[in-house]
Amino acid sequence: MNVSHKILSKSQLSENVFTVEVEAPLVARARKAGQFVIVGISDDYGERIPLTIAGVDTDKGTIRLIWQRVGKTTAEMADLKIGESIDYIAGPLGNPTHIEKFGTVVCVGGGIGNAPLLPIATAMKEAGNKIIGILGARTKELIILEDEFAAISDELIVVTDDGSHGRKALVTEPLQEICSRDPKPDLAVAIGPAIMMKFCCRTTKQLDVPTQVSLNTIMVDGTGMCGGCRVEVGGKTKFVCVDGPEFDGHQVNFDLMMKRLGAYRTQEQKASAQYAEHRCKIGLTDTIRKKQ
Amino acid sequence: MTDDEKLLQQLLEKQKTGGLKPSDRFAIPSQPMPTQDEVERRSNIDEVALGYTETSARLEAMRCLQCKNTPCIEGCPVKIRIKDFVGAIADGNFGEALDIIKANSLLPAVCGRVCPQEVQCQAPCTVGKKFKDVEKGVAVGRLERFVADWDKSGDSIPEVAPATGKKVAVIGSGPGGVVVAADTRRAGHDVTVFEAFHKPGGVLVYGIPEFRLPKAIVQKEIDTLTKMGVDIVCNFVVGRTRTIAELMKEDGFDAVYIGVGAGLPRFMGIEGEHLVGVYSANEYLTRANLMKAYKFGKGADTPIAMSKKVAVLGGGNVAMDSARTAVRLGAEKVYLVYRRSEKEMPARVEEVHHAKEEGIEFCILQNPKRILGNEEGYVTGMECLKYELGEPDDSGRRRPIPIKGSEFTIDVDTVIVAIGNGANPLIGQTTPGLELSKWGNIVVDENCKTSLEGVYAGGDIVLGAATVILAMGQGRVAAAAINEYLTGKA
Repeated sequence: MNVSHKILSKSQLSENVFTVEVEAPLVARARKAGQFVIVGISDDYGERIPLTIAGVDTDKGTIRLIWQRVGKTTAEMADLKIGESIDYIAGPLGNPTHIEKFGTVVCVGGGIGNAPLLPIATAMKEAGNKIIGILGARTKELIILEDEFAAISDELIVVTDDGSHGRKALVTEPLQEICSRDPKPDLAVAIGPAIMMKFCCRTTKQLDVPTQVSLNTIMVDGTGMCGGCRVEVGGKTKFVCVDGPEFDGHQVNFDLMMKRLGAYRTQEQKASAQYAEHRCKIGLTDTIRKKQ
Repeated sequence: MTDDEKLLQQLLEKQKTGGLKPSDRFAIPSQPMPTQDEVERRSNIDEVALGYTETSARLEAMRCLQCKNTPCIEGCPVKIRIKDFVGAIADGNFGEALDIIKANSLLPAVCGRVCPQEVQCQAPCTVGKKFKDVEKGVAVGRLERFVADWDKSGDSIPEVAPATGKKVAVIGSGPGGVVVAADTRRAGHDVTVFEAFHKPGGVLVYGIPEFRLPKAIVQKEIDTLTKMGVDIVCNFVVGRTRTIAELMKEDGFDAVYIGVGAGLPRFMGIEGEHLVGVYSANEYLTRANLMKAYKFGKGADTPIAMSKKVAVLGGGNVAMDSARTAVRLGAEKVYLVYRRSEKEMPARVEEVHHAKEEGIEFCILQNPKRILGNEEGYVTGMECLKYELGEPDDSGRRRPIPIKGSEFTIDVDTVIVAIGNGANPLIGQTTPGLELSKWGNIVVDENCKTSLEGVYAGGDIVLGAATVILAMGQGRVAAAAINEYLTGKA
């Protein structure tokens, strides 16, 4: 049995952030909010990369993937065209988010973190929670999925580092304000760069708001075999793929995690540079523009 | 004519005229396995052991005394008729030898290479006993490999019985899964193998390195399954993509075999294990083998540490595979750190021998206390303790005891932890009613049947740490039980 993963639509959300709707009927059928997939674009020599499932259409049997162009594989994926296929998509992986009616849930997304956050916020909304969204990025162009969040949030705050859109602030600023309200929110969900999650957790811990984070570590198999994704949570070693990807943010050792995330930076840079040169030689340029 | 060929001819003459006496057989020198040059092979991934020639195979086979009580067969987990196939090789009937093996084992090319014969069939060999050296026993594995490699036909597809209309799901395409798939398919069932990775073969492709088991051999076995009509579905994670209950209740599978293999890798629980450069052997080998990280930047996209000085922790075959892989990836210095003595090492003697030939330094009676790192979180060294052996422990091996104040530091940039695996939690967590041991392994009866009707299991997920042949042995048992169960099922 060969499952096809044809790309049905594609758009560019910001300079380096891309989204596709891709056929993945088995994943679409099983997937729940908070889960991810492992994607590979070449069977023989490709890399396996974990990507969040940003959305699903069960009738069409498709899922939505959003990724940031950071290395060679993500750059190659960005060059795939509508009608072309991804070699394999395994999943859904990881434990689904625990969804229930908590009351008020503040959802903090940073950069590409908005992608995994959206299905969780949507499921929280559907469970009857009041949703306060906080979306942050370096600059206006890098805020993704703002319309989608606006549609499900009871209150939405957008911040940028440079003030080019929304408030000029880091996400921790409005987060602190919201967590200081009376009554304070019942739960915070923070997904974004590790450094952002670290500081969000510091903020919410001080104000005693339970906080879920979703971790996107380096993985190979994604099924609990390799241990590459291990993190320290509450002083214990946990595997993001089978124990996570969501953890109590107040227990996560983000400093260790950040160091591990950088494990292959040198090699990745080398591979990206090689691929950029290759693209240049074959005359490939970014032809797809925002929401084409 | 070479000396070996002359010897073979003389022996054959003698056999014709009056037969070979045991003393004639004892006089035949034990045939060494030709290997790739030990320096050259450090920088390639090609197979190390090159295999017997027809002459050396027949000479080795003639060393067999054809004992009536066949202790070798007793030592084989799948009870291959060893005496008969070795006899057929001695007579030059290689095809017949292969048929004899295939009656019990589907993967002779694999087992001939990776089975620990020295503790199984070769251990009780009378010839070895005579020389008081198991290594001098008849080299059953090398002979098995010889006939498997001799068979170039590749198109001998096992016969499949008429369709029964029953569906079997096999979870995992490792050695156990392959056997169950073949045996249940032969009985005429509709068989689907679900594999989580993007390539089938399980530990045979992600774990055991090319230099010990060429991947083309595994692929050939997988191709045979496909030709038999087995459906192999990759990238399908049972427990996540579909649960066992869904497979049985909604997708119409009548029986399921769980052969998901190794689970969560064990770490030492010491300081510094989260540093960059600390790998589980599973991760290191998967990157190197399955993902072909040795070609990173030259076609392959999966990176691996560019290590110069590596410490491998453990003394099993996986530790040897990791250490020898590190050598091939360009490490200048590879230490194998093991807390007991070499005698207690669970690795095969041949692997230990090859590892030493390749320049791996054995640091026995040592164990890490903590892994040291720099500001950026990279491994810079490892602090170890020296050990001595005390009284035997539960495993019967002498217990290693740390020597107080014996701390010393070795300079390494990579640490590979090869001290075993726990159980994979995925199936247990997602299969209500499946009985697990306190370690999370699946509990089965003598027929490999689990606590759930129609659900069978075997290999690492049952045994904790098994070998390829034990997984295959359980696969065989489970397949027979599944076939019987399905015969009785309406």
